[in-house]
Amino acid sequence: MKYFPLIWATLWRKKTRTVFTLLSIVIAFLLFGVLETIDHAFSHPSGGVTGADKLVTTNKYSITLSLPFADAQQIRSVPGVAEATWISWFGGYYQEPKNFVFALPVDTDSYFNLHKGEFVVSDEHMQAYRNTRTGALANSALLKKFGWKIGDKIPLHSTIWTRKDDGSLDWTFDIVGSFSAKDPTQAGAQATTLLFHYELFDEGRSFGKGSVGWFEERVNDASQSAAISSRIDALFANSPNETKTQPANDFAMAFIKQLGDIGFVLRAILGAVFFTLLFLTGNTMMQSVRERIPELAVLKTLGFGDGRVLRLVLAESLLLCVIAAIIGLALSYAMLPIIKIALQGVELTPSALIPGIGVAVLLALIVGAAPALRAMRLNIVDALADKR
Amino acid sequence: MFKQLTAVIGMSLQTLPQRIGASSVIVIGIAGVVAVLVSVLAMGVGFRHTLADSGRADRVIILRGGSDAELNSNLTRSDVDTISNAPGLAKDASGKALLSNELVTVVNVPKMDTGTDANVTLRGVGLKLTEVRPELKVFAGRMFRPAVRELIAGVGAAKQFRGLSVGSVLHLRNADWTVTGIFSSNGDVHESELLADVDTVGSSIERSGYSSAVGLLTGAAAFGRFKDALTTDPQLKVDVQREPEYYAAQSKNLTQVINVVGNTVAIIMAIGAMFGALNSMYSAVAARGLEIATLRAIGFGALPVLISVMIEALLLSLLGGVVGASLAWLFFNGHSVSTLGGAFAQVVFQLTVTRALIITGVVWACVIGLLGGLFPALRAARLPVAEALRAA
Repeated sequence: MKYFPLIWATLWRKKTRTVFTLLSIVIAFLLFGVLETIDHAFSHPSGGVTGADKLVTTNKYSITLSLPFADAQQIRSVPGVAEATWISWFGGYYQEPKNFVFALPVDTDSYFNLHKGEFVVSDEHMQAYRNTRTGALANSALLKKFGWKIGDKIPLHSTIWTRKDDGSLDWTFDIVGSFSAKDPTQAGAQATTLLFHYELFDEGRSFGKGSVGWFEERVNDASQSAAISSRIDALFANSPNETKTQPANDFAMAFIKQLGDIGFVLRAILGAVFFTLLFLTGNTMMQSVRERIPELAVLKTLGFGDGRVLRLVLAESLLLCVIAAIIGLALSYAMLPIIKIALQGVELTPSALIPGIGVAVLLALIVGAAPALRAMRLNIVDALADKR
Repeated sequence: MFKQLTAVIGMSLQTLPQRIGASSVIVIGIAGVVAVLVSVLAMGVGFRHTLADSGRADRVIILRGGSDAELNSNLTRSDVDTISNAPGLAKDASGKALLSNELVTVVNVPKMDTGTDANVTLRGVGLKLTEVRPELKVFAGRMFRPAVRELIAGVGAAKQFRGLSVGSVLHLRNADWTVTGIFSSNGDVHESELLADVDTVGSSIERSGYSSAVGLLTGAAAFGRFKDALTTDPQLKVDVQREPEYYAAQSKNLTQVINVVGNTVAIIMAIGAMFGALNSMYSAVAARGLEIATLRAIGFGALPVLISVMIEALLLSLLGGVVGASLAWLFFNGHSVSTLGGAFAQVVFQLTVTRALIITGVVWACVIGLLGGLFPALRAARLPVAEALRAA
């Protein structure tokens, strides 16, 4: 540590050069931070449902094919299933297609029992919802987004379901209450959710009566998930509607995987960035050592051992890379809220930034290796005589 | 002045090999930026091409009103009968309208590389398929037969998903379907799909209606007449769109996302590369300090020196741009990828590095080079002659 002033001074020997090198490393780590958090978010999704104890049952051959409502009783009778509920895809939007609303028709008792403790909703709102056939509970973020107030009548357009009474695609709901997610990491995923009564939906639609989109289950023991999944699927094997049951997280993950190999694209970009950077920084370090050869020779004359000179140069490279990495990662941390707006519903975890420091150390060692070795092997007499 | 300029530029280029390390930083830095920019944008271009090529101005797609996409739409048999009688549709020799009633569903098929299930469109098509879509060619195996469980797979789907070669059997909802052929279709979105007889698909998924109807008009100009006839019919509630419009709307969101991501990443990288260029050019100017001072001392002007530094930076970055764009073209042009398209189903498309993209990349390279060369060039031009000579 006593050599810190020396390392610091040599680092800033040529100010402009160090500043520019520092800035390009900062930029690389800014990109690293941003891409890494996005990659992390995509590979660890937190969809609408969380917890290892949740399962999702869909039609085996296609998520767009429905399942019979009657399956619910059979699923509930499977040992280990604590609760099962059914949901359908409503495909809703408000006024314009870009105003997507994640409207879900749900069975009140089983849905809230299954997600016990996951929503924050006042007893008063819950009671109003139970008492109003056309009632809906909207996420408080959704209320804010469209300026809705409790008591409003809101028309939602479904892209799928026509109504039995007038054949139109427009459904009207009474906003009787609001809810929010108890777990703040779920707030983004649930920001456009609106819940309404399955009974209203099933009676009101002109086709598909008695069918459901998918089932969700909560199991008593998460470690038994796989066994319970196969037990559920066995119930419907060889029926016209075979099922596929999987952990809710896998279900969300499968969806994200379908977007294509995002991780591959991000890693390819990062690879290009770091290769470029390696070259750039390596060149600067090499140049800086070359210019300092007489100084290093003086250090050696004063009695600095080969190993110590090697460590001095490596420490300089390390200092440069780590300072730059910290600045870059801090900048990308500051950018997280902006990315969150761009990628709606994606949860970003700052912890994805931590590996960045490790990458910086690695980078510093690779970049510093060649110049450090050169400095170590320096022959005092030749160096002082300026025979390079 | 010109003589001076050519002399200075000639000298700077001649000494370039001595500064190979610093110079290659510019080339490689900029090549990296351009390669990333061009590859990411090639993804957007490829996706847009695939969807844009799916349309013909004289072909129309009819959906139930307010449905947005085929998967959500529902037309009854009587709707389709009414549509087939509308004016403006082309007719075959026997006077039947060239209209394909279609039923779209999504089936799970594992992806070739990861083995995870992906949503692939299974499209039931009417008997008039080959006349409505003349670009569709079965190039391996044969066409499916109606009323039996046979299907043909698009060439894109056959490459990206497992078990889609001629003769293989696909188990879909209690029944085995045989893949009888592979078709190409001008590189459009249908190449990502599976096609089968519409009524066989309907009975398999227990649906009696259709998702959409696709018709060939007598000409692009007949669109207005055809649309009016359908939208003024009180019995029908349908949306009528030309195919190119429908598919453009389907591709808009994803293309936008790709472009935003590509440009943002490239801008950030470009800033990094610019710092690299600044560094290299400053060191180039420093290395040539004595040479430049000598030139100035024997009467060369400041401007030729400034221009020569700029030109050196420009040439190096141009080289970087060309290398980057070539790398992107070499590795990614024609590379097939698939993603979830606008309609819940996989769309297979190819990265397409177009000439316009290469030009964009090279322009970016030149801008980075010019900005990176400007300040070092100014320093070179302002170099105090006496001091520089003495320092050496």
